[in-house]
Amino acid sequence: MTLQAYQEKAAVCVAGCKQRYAALQANPYLSGGQKLAVHYFTVAMVLFMAQLLFGLLAGLQFIFPSFLYEILDFNVNRMVHINAMVVWMLYGFIGSVYWFLEEESGVPIVGLKWGQLAFWVLTGAVSIVVLVYLLIQIGSGDDTSLWLINEGREYIEAPRWADIGIVVVILIFFYNVAATFSAGKWSGIAGVLTLDLVALAGLYTAGMFYVTNISIDQYWWWWVIHLWVEATWEVLVGCIMAWSLMKLLGVRRQVVQTWLYIEVALMFGSGILGLGHHYFWIGTPEYWFTIGGFFSALEPIPLVAMVVHSIYDSGVHRFKNSNHPALAWVIAHAFGNFLGAGVWGFMHTLPQINLYTHGTQWSASHGHLAFFGAYATINIAFFYLAVQQARGNVWMGSELINGWRWKTAAILLNLGVLGMTVALLIAGYEQSFIERAVEGSTWAGYFAAQNHPWFMQAMIWRMVFGLMTAVGGGLLFWDLLEIGKGEDRPAAVIGDAATAE
Amino acid sequence: MTEQVPRWASETFWKKTAIWVTGGSFVLLVILTFDSMSQITAGGSRVQAYSVINKDVSYRFDKAKQRYQPVIGGDAPLFGKLLSEEEAEKLVDHGKKTVQAKNCMNCHTILGNGAYYAPDLTKAWLDQGWGAKASREELMINFLLDPEKNARTFGSNRKMPNLDITKPEAEAIVAFLKWMSTIDTNGFPHNFTAIGEED
Ligand code: HEM
Ligand code: HEM
Ligand SMILES: [Fe+2]
Repeated sequence: MTLQAYQEKAAVCVAGCKQRYAALQANPYLSGGQKLAVHYFTVAMVLFMAQLLFGLLAGLQFIFPSFLYEILDFNVNRMVHINAMVVWMLYGFIGSVYWFLEEESGVPIVGLKWGQLAFWVLTGAVSIVVLVYLLIQIGSGDDTSLWLINEGREYIEAPRWADIGIVVVILIFFYNVAATFSAGKWSGIAGVLTLDLVALAGLYTAGMFYVTNISIDQYWWWWVIHLWVEATWEVLVGCIMAWSLMKLLGVRRQVVQTWLYIEVALMFGSGILGLGHHYFWIGTPEYWFTIGGFFSALEPIPLVAMVVHSIYDSGVHRFKNSNHPALAWVIAHAFGNFLGAGVWGFMHTLPQINLYTHGTQWSASHGHLAFFGAYATINIAFFYLAVQQARGNVWMGSELINGWRWKTAAILLNLGVLGMTVALLIAGYEQSFIERAVEGSTWAGYFAAQNHPWFMQAMIWRMVFGLMTAVGGGLLFWDLLEIGKGEDRPAAVIGDAATAE
Repeated sequence: MTEQVPRWASETFWKKTAIWVTGGSFVLLVILTFDSMSQITAGGSRVQAYSVINKDVSYRFDKAKQRYQPVIGGDAPLFGKLLSEEEAEKLVDHGKKTVQAKNCMNCHTILGNGAYYAPDLTKAWLDQGWGAKASREELMINFLLDPEKNARTFGSNRKMPNLDITKPEAEAIVAFLKWMSTIDTNGFPHNFTAIGEED
């Protein structure tokens, strides 16, 4: 193709986006908060695609180490991979809350203008951060680099200026939420959600300072990472799930809210002190063996309860629901959370085992299944709920037009991640035995394990399933753009009228 | 809906439970955090003062504890320069900042946390891969300055990229690594034979 042909294609593409955007702003089926939510969801999906792309690049470097060497090194690809993940998931959560805020409180969002401004500020900041990651990558060993380029701390690499921006945006989001509930009505979900958001935002500040002492550095770093994913994020998705189950299945409010409180008690009761499972080997005192081992071993309990709850509710309502793709992803969430976080987490959480698995592909195996199973799934479920409404609250039951697409996407994504998880699990076991147990964790031992055919095979299988995941992701993106178009049947009416109160 | 709900299944019961359990756990965590902070401040028995880089360091199996422990020996100043506590802290601090700015942790693990593309750095100072204690400092500096040329990929073909590390930065990183190797990590990594401990 000639340059001109490319330019024409690009022009068509831009015009298409503009048209879609105008249609979104004029969409009669969406409230103000819901339109803002769709903004967040759109960026989330774009970042999800970026996550998959950079995961593939990093994965390939295990097999071809010279691939993109000194152009986009492994550390750059991996940083973009995991940062895109954290940010898209947060975008999804924020969007979900904006989505149901008005319905849950019964009033229009207070200060919506500020929320809209915050979205654009955040998205601008995220774009700059990513460009700097890709183009500048690293700096010299001084404060300027940590403030402007990257902080070099896994998952929260964003430079300090961006940290501050993120906090400001989160404060605006929090103001929208708290002020709207105050103006309307406070429900049980509203109360839990609001307090949880305070904790979630507060924890982020635990990762915003520099210390020389690496033990203290890691101590607070885990406050952010662990107390996010194993406490505050779990409760946040608990709120989103509670609302979705009422919406999707027509479960009574009293039932979901009681469950939500049980969830909070079990999740915080085990997860807060379960933090200790990261304090075995970073210089911290020995009592964390007992505390961390014991409480983290209890963490699967709420996850089991969650499976029971959602399956029970689905069964009681005979799986009659208004949105098949969303319910499928809610079920994927219940099982994924239980398997990835509960089972995979439990398997390496006792110090006697963690001594050998700590910092091997074992952690990566768990990390993939847990983040996908617990958080990618619930976000995707919500995207389907949103798209249904955006298309005019249309039918999303059986015999959908092009229904193969959401099913294929769901199958490829779930099988792909499961396949990667198993491949990494094998690599992790191999590392634990050969590098750790046999070779004694020296550098020579590390490479003995990395060069072993079992490890190399696992890396190849990870790529095969990674490609499957990426194809599923692309299909999901396409499906969300198209599903429900041309559908003129209205959505199925479900549940008893008690949903509202 | 007016059916009788037993107290243990009621919304208010669980609401109260959730509040108390969360509050209680958090208070305990805060107390434990104060204690842990006091125990891992540099200069204690678990995390050494920065001037420990003036000393010889090793890692041995402790029969009583049944696990590996760092062992601090006699004088062995890094780069032959005896540093005051203040100077040592400044050097280690520069090393830590460089480790962050160069994004080491997205290839390596440090204290076992980070990425799994390159070996753990917790005991990098003590790794047998440096051959002998006498040549270790020079080898480490040369490697950091030009990892491509000095690559020892152990047959993996994985090479560390050139990160534009300057000489002072390289020295600071080595100081940071030496200091880190003295942290009492409760026996992680296990079964590790340190340089100079081979029999
Ligand atoms: C949805 C919830 C969860 C998510 C998203 C998650 C994710 C992760 C990730 C990404 C890591 C690796 C961190 C790193 O890069 O160093 C990790 C580590 C770990 N997780 Fe989870 N996790 C979850 C729940 C759990 C649960 C419930 C348990 C225990 C029952 C658990 C046990 C562990 C342990 C022991 C480690 C440390 C691994 C090591 O020593 O290297 N996780 N988790
Ligand atoms: C296209 C598919 C994917 C590929 C090829 C891929 C590849 C990778 C690679 C190579 C790493 C670095 C591991 C290391 O340091 O050795 C990584 C880390 C990670 N990826 Fe993926 N990934 C993919 C999809 C995903 C998905 C869908 C999720 C979750 C939603 C995810 C979550 C993570 C997490 C949490 C880590 C950090 C793990 C840890 O530190 O323990 N990845 N991925
Ligand atoms: Fe954890």
